[in-house]
Amino acid sequence: MIDKTVGSAEAAVADVFDGATVMIGGFGTAGMPSELIDALIARGSRELTIVNNNAGNGDIGLAALLKARRVRKIVCSFPRQSDSYVFDALYHAHEIELELVPQGNLAARIQAAGAGFGAIFTPTGYGTLLAEGKETRTIDGRNYVLEYPIRADFALIKADRGDRWGNLVYRKTARNFGPIMAAAAKCTIAQVREIVPLGALDPEAIVTPGIFVKRVVQVAATKRAAA
Amino acid sequence: MKRLTRDQMAARVARDIPEGAYVNLGIGLPTLVANHLPKDREIFLQSENGLLGMGPAPAPGQEDYDLINAGKQPVTLLTGGAYFHHGDSFAMMRGGHLDICVLGAFQVSAAGDLANWHTGAKDAIPAVGGAMDLAIGAKRVCVMMEHQTKSGESKIVARCTYPLTGIGCVHRIYTDLAVLDVTPKGLAVVEMIDGLSFEELQKISGVPLLRATAPAIA
Repeated sequence: MIDKTVGSAEAAVADVFDGATVMIGGFGTAGMPSELIDALIARGSRELTIVNNNAGNGDIGLAALLKARRVRKIVCSFPRQSDSYVFDALYHAHEIELELVPQGNLAARIQAAGAGFGAIFTPTGYGTLLAEGKETRTIDGRNYVLEYPIRADFALIKADRGDRWGNLVYRKTARNFGPIMAAAAKCTIAQVREIVPLGALDPEAIVTPGIFVKRVVQVAATKRAAA
Repeated sequence: MKRLTRDQMAARVARDIPEGAYVNLGIGLPTLVANHLPKDREIFLQSENGLLGMGPAPAPGQEDYDLINAGKQPVTLLTGGAYFHHGDSFAMMRGGHLDICVLGAFQVSAAGDLANWHTGAKDAIPAVGGAMDLAIGAKRVCVMMEHQTKSGESKIVARCTYPLTGIGCVHRIYTDLAVLDVTPKGLAVVEMIDGLSFEELQKISGVPLLRATAPAIA
């Protein structure tokens, strides 16, 4: 019997090694897998490369991981926010490397990795600072920038419900990067509000099919903090 | 002459958004446009974080932080609205599916170049978000901004001095003084606020302006 469920967040992230590239789902705090991140902090993995849309909010989740100085580099589209003070301080102290990627290119590069593409030509960013030094091509009269896939060793994502085969459904805009990151990592770990029996999820409505998911861990629903 | 307030600017932009349009409103000033959309038109607001059919802010106490907009503020979903992941969301934005996007700006050039993500200051932490995708992806790209900076410099410029978001991507500019269209011959004044003359507008604008109604001079 295939059972991808894991008993605890700690067990789910136990093999995240030093120097790993880890995708973390979420747009701000919506969809951020805080319990998995807390377990990763407890695990003590260092020198991580993190892929996320942002660079942490307040002192929780990703911000706490940064604060614990476990992150060497962050790949994101929008680090600067009203409550990104942990990242801001590390950045100004030159203690973290930033790769800034336009949000759609971030999504497309993650999708390219999951879908097995070698690279993509994207119109986004052409002629800007963020495309400097990159190969370009004109296709049918339009200008594109060559961008490479972003792959990860692990993806930590948050879904609403999952089953023992790893099928997932999400909740509202907490879906965001979850489904595309799930496909782009060697080992995708999903925290869910509820693990349901096989067959309980409507096959017509499953958002992430289990093939993209290695581990599912149920965490108690927590109060959602303001972003 | 009385400059338009931010809400008056938003109302002016909203007037040009037709029934059935798929629209993305950038964070900051453009977000205000949502408050002024005519109630008798069905308009689809898209939010980059995976939401189509975005509704107004929830009543106090009804906030759901799994349901937010691009500025990470709680919103609601209209009946008939949909959720989707970031790949689909940016396919909508990049793939030419949005009819209109409205963006804020630091500067716009006469050729429609847009600078709105980075001041280029040494200390500034750059953040781009979805701005570059919207700039090149929507069928019609509108900018909404004050005509001048706080120190009185024109935000309409011959060449952007701030780092670019997109090249030649802007179609129309709404400011607190005028509405201008980017045309192959230059910026054409479509509308001015009451009490402002073309000459006065020209004096405080960083590039030569055309009268939209007058025949373009070859």
